Amino acid sequence: MQKYSIFNLIKNAFSNHQNWDLAWKDPTPKKEYDVVIIGGGGHGLATAYYLAKEHNITNVAIIEKGWIGGGNVGRNTTIIRSNYMHDDNALFSEFGMDLWRRMSQDLNYNVMFSPRGIINLAHSDAQMNVYARRGNSMRLNGIDAVLLNREQVKEIIPMADFSENVRFPIFGGLMQPSAGTARHDAVAWGYARQADSMGVDIIQNCEVTGFDVSSGKINGVRTSRGDIKVKKIGLCVAGSTNILAEKLNMTIPVETHLLQACVSEPVKPVLDRVVTFGAGHFYISQSDKGEMVMGGDLDGYNSYAQRGNLPTLQHVLTEGIAMMPFLSKLKMLRTWGGIMDMSMDGSPIIDKTHIEGLYLNCGWCYGGFKATPASGWTFAHTIAQDRVHKLNEGYSLNRFNTGHLLDEKGLGTKTWIS
Amino acid sequence: MLHIKCPHCGMRSQNEFSYGGDATIKRPELNKEISDQDWDNFVYNRKSLRGKHFELWQHLSGCRQWIKVERDTATHEIFKILKANEDI
Repeated sequence: MQKYSIFNLIKNAFSNHQNWDLAWKDPTPKKEYDVVIIGGGGHGLATAYYLAKEHNITNVAIIEKGWIGGGNVGRNTTIIRSNYMHDDNALFSEFGMDLWRRMSQDLNYNVMFSPRGIINLAHSDAQMNVYARRGNSMRLNGIDAVLLNREQVKEIIPMADFSENVRFPIFGGLMQPSAGTARHDAVAWGYARQADSMGVDIIQNCEVTGFDVSSGKINGVRTSRGDIKVKKIGLCVAGSTNILAEKLNMTIPVETHLLQACVSEPVKPVLDRVVTFGAGHFYISQSDKGEMVMGGDLDGYNSYAQRGNLPTLQHVLTEGIAMMPFLSKLKMLRTWGGIMDMSMDGSPIIDKTHIEGLYLNCGWCYGGFKATPASGWTFAHTIAQDRVHKLNEGYSLNRFNTGHLLDEKGLGTKTWIS
Repeated sequence: MLHIKCPHCGMRSQNEFSYGGDATIKRPELNKEISDQDWDNFVYNRKSLRGKHFELWQHLSGCRQWIKVERDTATHEIFKILKANEDI
């Protein structure tokens, strides 16, 4: 594989950049693989990469109905963080933070990881207490957390509304300085390019039409480009999990919902952190191009539409303007929606299933992007070793049955509970 | 924006309604031995498919009645609307 470097960049400049190798091949599916990953999004690509890199399993195919990186990894708000209170979430996410820090070198692809810090705003004394508790839990798990008072927050984000007579005054906030953002498409492309170079087949425009299951074991998968014999299948299809679960006669604790995001017109640098509103659900950062990147709540009802409805967008932006009034002067450049696999407790599932050789990775709710490396790493381990890793023990499928819910916010699909 | 025809009030905008999830889920009967799996299916497990979906909505900013709506989850087309006590 051609290495991306300053020297190669200069060398290729002499031929007007016409002679770069293709980043990944376009193979026709083989008749048989050791592992098939369904879903060529961030998590699927990362899983294939870590299967090859950590477990030396390279006879792997990624099957994608559309094109790789065309789903939620291409349409999120790029926030990376590990500010969780519960051990299972905190340790998993912090392991991911380590992978994020090394990712550009690891993949030889600039993912533009920018650890600019995230601030969760607090709007009451009670909320400050809750954040102090969460911050302490984070620090016990080795994650950086700083509790900020009103003056400290004002120094960092002076453009927020600090006036006296507001409905939700800013009391302070909890900051994770090591959190940040990354270039989302680059993550997908970087994983794809490295996985491809190690022998993984990335098969696009290939829809899964069914599964070959007999006596409780996976024998193969049927696709629009032919049947494939395989003993191990990893499902990494986010918002399409329910559709494939139906083909497997499984009913899972996940609902498919729609989440919107939007960007404003580009403006000069004004916000150098990620900030979240504490009295609702709104998050904002500024991209390198200057656009304000914003997101918030689900549309609130089951949806596969991949486009949002205006009432939710209006609701979300109202929160944004309450937090940072200058946003009302900006024009909206783009809005978009993605379909989320909302689990019932708001935490993901990375586990084996009752079908031998079928592994499930879903339920990422609002936080799929930041989990990409850790999800791929642990899912690859689960598939290769046929057992869950300590890091994804808490993300079991049967926790809903046994009552061991991982209710970080206790939200899940029911947004109105907040 | 969705427009939902409340069987009690007529056509109203989505803003007046609150969502209640899958309307085909039945609570296990009381005073009977219920397996963990039955509870699991009632509380957590959902089909949530693409296409026609029967779901509960409450006309919260209107008559406050619960209704059943059959809606396409991909196109948002609404096919059928029932009162809460009418069978699907």
